[in-house]
Amino acid sequence: MAKVEDTQRSALERENPDDLRHYYYQMLLLRRFEERTSEMYVKAKIGGYCHLNLGEEATIVGLMAALTPDDYIFTNYREHGYIIARGVPPGPVMAELFGKETGVSGGRGGSMHLFDAKTHFMGGYAIVGGQVPLAVGAAYALKYQGKPGVVVAQMGDGTTNIGAFYESLNLAKLWNLPVLFFIVNNGYGMGTSVEMGSSEPDLWKKGASFRIHGERIDGTDVLAVRDACRRLRARAEQEGEPAILDVVSFRFRGHSVIDADRYRDPEFVRSGREKHDPVRNFAALLHDHDIVDDDWLKAMTDRVEKEVQEAIDFANASPDPRFEDMYVNMYATPVPNIPGPEDAIREVKINRGEL
Amino acid sequence: MPEINLLEAIRQAIDEMMAQDERIFVFGEDVGRRGGVFRVTEGLIDKYGPMRIIDSPLAESVIVGACVGAAMNDTRPIAEIQFADFIAPAFNQIVQEAARIHYRSNGDWTVPMVIRAPWGGGIHGALYHSQSIEATFAHVPGLKVVAPATPYDAKGLLKSAIEDPNPVLFLEHKKTYRLIKGQVPEHDYRVPIGPADIKRPGEDLSVFAYGLMLHYCLEAAQALAAEGVSVEVVDLRTLRPLDVATIIGSVRRTSKALIVHEDNLTGGFGGEVAALIAEHAFEQLDAPVLRIGGPDVPAMPFAKPLEDAFMPSPQKIAAAMRRLAAY
Ligand SMILES: Cc1ncc(C[n+]2csc(CCOP(=O)(O)OP(=O)(O)O)c2C)c(N)n1
Repeated sequence: MAKVEDTQRSALERENPDDLRHYYYQMLLLRRFEERTSEMYVKAKIGGYCHLNLGEEATIVGLMAALTPDDYIFTNYREHGYIIARGVPPGPVMAELFGKETGVSGGRGGSMHLFDAKTHFMGGYAIVGGQVPLAVGAAYALKYQGKPGVVVAQMGDGTTNIGAFYESLNLAKLWNLPVLFFIVNNGYGMGTSVEMGSSEPDLWKKGASFRIHGERIDGTDVLAVRDACRRLRARAEQEGEPAILDVVSFRFRGHSVIDADRYRDPEFVRSGREKHDPVRNFAALLHDHDIVDDDWLKAMTDRVEKEVQEAIDFANASPDPRFEDMYVNMYATPVPNIPGPEDAIREVKINRGEL
Repeated sequence: MPEINLLEAIRQAIDEMMAQDERIFVFGEDVGRRGGVFRVTEGLIDKYGPMRIIDSPLAESVIVGACVGAAMNDTRPIAEIQFADFIAPAFNQIVQEAARIHYRSNGDWTVPMVIRAPWGGGIHGALYHSQSIEATFAHVPGLKVVAPATPYDAKGLLKSAIEDPNPVLFLEHKKTYRLIKGQVPEHDYRVPIGPADIKRPGEDLSVFAYGLMLHYCLEAAQALAAEGVSVEVVDLRTLRPLDVATIIGSVRRTSKALIVHEDNLTGGFGGEVAALIAEHAFEQLDAPVLRIGGPDVPAMPFAKPLEDAFMPSPQKIAAAMRRLAAY
């Protein structure tokens, strides 16, 4: 894990204990959601490509705690936790992973393409870097319309090597846009370490030639993430100063559910998980400061277990998308000369050998 | 002859060529230690070292662009695009640079490089891990586009592609990687870029396909044989330059034609083949030229039932064959 020099955050004593408990609840929810997602994958309830946020819970909850309802979020494909922490219930998220009609993207997107208009969740993007210029454009729209809020472009460390990232940095500063480049630095892009892929492995420095301020943050400390995001968010909104946040965390598993992770030393992974577990470390911190006790922790575990189980039950009970809707939502308005529901049904019947 | 799968055939082609020619190197995301996401290059870094099996940063534009420059300078790069869907950032380098340098330098420079890209659906990859890109690139003169369907062809064509002095886009259908097995000789051989191959001779109608769909067509042809219809299945193998003579020759004999691909229909490669048949075999035609393709939706939907509906099935192909046979 990249070294974080000094962690800055407010003293625990000055925090509202209810907030702290809520952060813990959210982190535990994300943890359990992802563990059960992995289990559902093994049971073949979920297919395709599926990337988990295990180890990144504090990063996500800290960011969301700093954002306001005015803000917009673009993420990469490793985004289950982001949409849940932003306030979308786990049920429709799990249903999307199952490919069901009740999923947040109607079963069309799957794990990598979660969207929710109400919470300004602008989507998961599976073409690496695809989301970054879009976030800059959304920030311009805020500025142009004189609206409050900032736009977050979440991405992984590997993404900072693609051209679209640099084009976006340039524009963000050139136009003084309210945008935060939120880099989840989990040390690896698939099997490629930060050092192997980036000539400047201190990712927060990558804005230097664009005159964009950058900071490295301990992504396993929910309060450190929240405080940095709050501070830089305020600057972005009020002064039009974009910023880079290099948020360091530890990737608990392989790149995706099916990645055997053979390029990382098992001992490195084991000790990393031991040392950098944001959920367990936060529980211990709260416990040491008498903010929670054993009973409360147990009750939280039960509550989260139940909520995730309900999400799975909801997904299981949900219908598949209908073939008739194959051509729905291709265009924003009715369009002549495109196929409709009858064509879709006919095609499916032929495809199945029924016609 | 040993039987191997298509993935193994591709690995063997790279391995055997690299052993013979030091100018060849592989450049792509996680092709080294990790051996590529599909494990095509597994083990090669141990044999050839990190100067020849090179892990790239996550940046398709420079993966392809750097290979173009290296190819102009006496090396023979093989660029790997991890999934064909991710080729878009490199579009400029392929279409504007690689494909046009020989022509615009009046022959001064050649670009002997291969771009390998796993394409196609049927693996539950959703919108961005399932795309078919052949029509887009087959549109570009100066580029060669190859799409093998069998281990034998894959190995022989890849060797030809590596030796070719021109840029070759080499499309590997990801569902065929482990699914399709076949016999491959142990001796060094080539399959030339250009000629199509009649994989199943027949008399009543001609079907043209490539990649995974070739196998679905063979399956459908088998079913039609049981019904007394003799179907000729032609594997196009090379999409640019296209073997027009074999296509026209086949249709002139059978008088009926069907083209099958999983790419969406509008502007798909089938349109090109149909137009050629209309131009050059009009007098022999006994039926309309039929095309089968995926539905015209923006990309492969994730939900399994929708994906199943998207991918043309052997049943759908058989139904079209029956329709043609009835004329
Ligand atoms: C343009 C493009 N190239 C390659 C890929 C394949 N790919 C998906 S994720 C990934 C690694 C990304 O790493 P990073 O940005 O660090 O994010 P993380 O997965 O660690 O969250 C790669 C190479 C892709 N999806 N899109």
